[in-house]
Formats: sequence, C-alpha cells, structure tokens
Amino acid sequence: MNALAAIRSLLRTDLKVGRVVPPAGYTARLTIFTSGAMAFLAVFALALSLATGRLADRWGAELARTATVRISAPAGQVEAQTQAALRVLETTPGIARSRALDREEEQALLEPWFGPDLPLEGLPVPRLIEVIEEGEGYDRDGLRLRLQAEAPGAVLDDHTRWRAPLIRAADRLRLLGLAALLLIAAATAAMITLAAQAALAANSQVIRVLRLVGARDVYIAHAFVRRFTLRALAGAAGGTLAGMLAIALLPRAGAEGGFLTGLGFQGAHWLWPLCIPVLAAIVALLATRVAAFRSLGELT
Amino acid sequence: MQRLKRLRLLGKRVAVWTVVEGAQVIELADVSYSYGGGALLSDINLSLGPGSFHFLTGPSGAGKTTLLKLCYAELLPTSGRVALFEEDVRTMDRDAVARLRRRVGVVHQDCQFLDHLSVAENVALPLTVAGRDVAAQASNLKELLGWVGLTAQAESRPPQLSGGERQRAALARAVIMDPEVIIADEPTGNIDWDMSLRLLTLLIELNRMGKMILIASHDLNLIRSAKSEVAARVLRIRNRSVQLAAVDL
Repeated sequence: MNALAAIRSLLRTDLKVGRVVPPAGYTARLTIFTSGAMAFLAVFALALSLATGRLADRWGAELARTATVRISAPAGQVEAQTQAALRVLETTPGIARSRALDREEEQALLEPWFGPDLPLEGLPVPRLIEVIEEGEGYDRDGLRLRLQAEAPGAVLDDHTRWRAPLIRAADRLRLLGLAALLLIAAATAAMITLAAQAALAANSQVIRVLRLVGARDVYIAHAFVRRFTLRALAGAAGGTLAGMLAIALLPRAGAEGGFLTGLGFQGAHWLWPLCIPVLAAIVALLATRVAAFRSLGELT
Repeated sequence: MQRLKRLRLLGKRVAVWTVVEGAQVIELADVSYSYGGGALLSDINLSLGPGSFHFLTGPSGAGKTTLLKLCYAELLPTSGRVALFEEDVRTMDRDAVARLRRRVGVVHQDCQFLDHLSVAENVALPLTVAGRDVAAQASNLKELLGWVGLTAQAESRPPQLSGGERQRAALARAVIMDPEVIIADEPTGNIDWDMSLRLLTLLIELNRMGKMILIASHDLNLIRSAKSEVAARVLRIRNRSVQLAAVDL
C-alpha cells in the first residue's frame, strides 16, 4: 500500500479506534520529543540548504557576467596600457561596458586587509578594469590575443577559477543540507519504529484481547499508527515552530556579514518549514505501519 | 453448509448464519498437539454439532485449555485437521481467523479485559472492532448488561468488579456478536457456588437459543446441575485423548 492509500485509510479510521490502546506511556513522550527535536534540526538543515542555494545562485550570477582586466606594467606605462586596453574592450562585441577603477575604489578593495591609510601611490598596485558582459558574452581567447597585442601588461581574469570552486562548494553545502534532511527523516523513522515496537510489546496483552474478540490485524495496526502519527505531527509542529523562531531571531549583519548571518529564510521560503510536520507525520505513519504489521506477524 | 436463519435473541428477532442440520460446527480429526517436545494431546477425534451442550473435564494439566484453544483457532494442531464451520483452520489467514472469532464467543478463566475501558465498552468491544455502530446498539447493550446483572457496573472499570461480575461481563462480551458457539474455559473457577449456578443458568439459556456450548470445567457438581437442566454430553481428557464420560457423573 502506498503512502497516499495509507493516509486515506488512516483518515477513514474511526476516531474511537485509538481508544482501544491504553493512553500515555513513555513511548508517547519519546515520540513527541524525538519528533520535536528532529523537526527543530530539520528547520536548520532546510535553512542551510536554502541559504547555500541562494549563495550559489548569487555567486554564479554576479561573477558569471563580469570579468576583470589587470594591468601590471612599469610605472610609466600603466596609464597608456590602461587606455589601450579600454579601447580594445570598447570595440569588443559582447561587452556592454568597461571602466577603470579609480584609486579610491582600489583602496576600498584593499582596505579590509591593509587598513584605510595605505599609500597606494608608493606601491606597484596594478590597475583594474571592470568588464560587464552582454548578450552571449565575448570571445575570451580572441580578447586575450588582442589585449596581448595592444597592452602587453593586461591580463584578462574572467573569474572562472574563482567562481567554479565557490559554486562547487555552495552546491556541496546545499547537498549536505539535503542529506541532513534525509538523515533526520531516517533517524525519525528509526526512533518512531523503536517506540512503536516498544508500545506494541508493552501492549501484547491488549493485542491478545483484541484478537480474541475478532479484531483484524489492520484494525489493531491502525490504533497504533493513528496514535503515533498524531504524536509525531504534534511534536514536529512544536519543533518546527521553535526552529523557525530561532532562525527568525538570528542576528542580521547585512551583505558584509558573510554566509553564516545569511542563514535563514527569505520571502516564500518561510513556507517551506511548514512541510516538516506533515512529512514527519507521513514518516511516522509509514514507520509505525511497517513496525506494527511486522510485530503483529510475530505475535502468536 | 450454512444458511441464514432468523432467531430471537434478547427479545429481538435477528438474522444469523447458522449451520444446517447434519453439519458439524467444530470437527477435530486425528488431531495431535505437542508442546516443548512432549505430546499433550494425541489422535483426538471430535465432532460438535450446532445447538449441542458439552462439558470438557479432566485433571489439571490434562490439556483442556489447549483443546479449547484448538477449537477457536488460537492454536494450530501439530498434526491432524481442525475444521470450524467446515473450514480447515490451517487454510485460514489472520483475517479469516478474526472473522471466525466473531462467530465464536470465548469466556476465559482469567477474563481478559482492557482495564482502561469501562465495563460497557469492554462488553461492546467485539462490536467496536467489527466496525459496527455501537451507539446504534446502545439499547441492546443495556439489555445485555441487564441480562447478566451488570447494569449498575456499566461505567465501572474491570478491576473494580468481583470475580463473578468479571465472569458475567466476559460472558456478555462473548455473546454480544450473537455467535453460534460459546466456549468457556473454567468460567466458574474463581467464583462461589451461587454465582456459578447463575452463570450456568445464563449458559443454558444461550443453549436454548440455539448456541453450541462447550465448557471446560472440573466442577462435577456444576456438571450434574447442568445435566439436570439440559442434555449435556461430558467429554473427559485422559491419557492425551478424549473419551465420552459415564452418564452417571
């Protein structure tokens, strides 16, 4: 029976079915706590996955459409080669615009490492030209040859060697987040299976009585499945809310804050965690169902 | 062979499946049962017809409870064939056994109840697990509780009942599905003589409604009392086999 059929069957079950199983017991608290804790962790794994996804997209988008030409030439030739490179860039198809960064901008780029009072004039800092692509982009090899001819000190950096490992790392982080979600689901299923088996073992006398009066295995299983599914749903709902609250209360430091402060949900992504309790309930339903039928099959 | 028959139960006309004349309700052919390497029952041949009344006697440990469990498919024979309503229990899956149990009311000596439910809920449990609307049968349930003298204890929990009350509650639960067969394992084992007679009267009444009754008991006085009221056969387990006991018990 697939998950959908199991859910339909569960919803059709009489509300009184659950009453045949004695209430409370430590398995109830264990299931609620496990589901809550796992849902809490799942919210963070989801946030990590979504944040790394955003990061990979941003890095990809920002770096893919830009390039930098670096002019490293003897002091007297820097300005001439810069102008020559700019002329080459202006006449290259696929380049929307290009401009040389002024001294203040270069200083700002170096400020995080050397401080605000760096005397650039006394240092052999190369000039940088920012290149913005358009349309299908430009012919990289052709541009490199032309720059070599017109400005020998110009080096075209199309960001490939920076972008590729960054995007790869972000993609790996996103995969790690998804793997964490799967592991959390598997751990939840394992814990609920153990709790369900413990509950079934503890209620073997109840099961015996139910069988004695003509209860089919599917009826007995439903009594346990319903109970564990609702517990998992309640626990996961609490854990998810707590997780979302914790994410919402994470400090924000803006774009300069780096990756960790960007961990969280944005816009419609806040709706994603709401799936966690539903998924936890489905996992609990399937785990308890399998555990119940296996245990009932073993009980004579 | 079965056919639908109209009977009067608790003052109401009800349609029940009943076994036609000649067919046996419970049939054991060359049945043996071994446990822990030792034979407990061997080569049992037994045919119990509809509407009959049987006692099963024998010393403690002779295998009375085991034989009863074979009769309601709680145990499967080590060898031989057990047929209930002409169906071999070995060919039944779990669902079929569950459906069979709705046609066989069982009263245990230790009266197993769900202690977190009320007496009324326990008595109605066979209806609940069969998916019947218990609320729609509330008046029948009330009447049944009155029949076994437990109206005042309907909302009590089973641990609050005395031994006799528990036995009567178990009997009420056994008959609420209007089964064709009532099997009782030492139903008077833990209760006084007056209560035993009261329980026996209820069982005889059920037999007069057409139910087949099989009671395991070592209480000879009870058996003598029953024989004075109803044509009861007495079966005795001796040396791992079943014999028809002497008529002058």
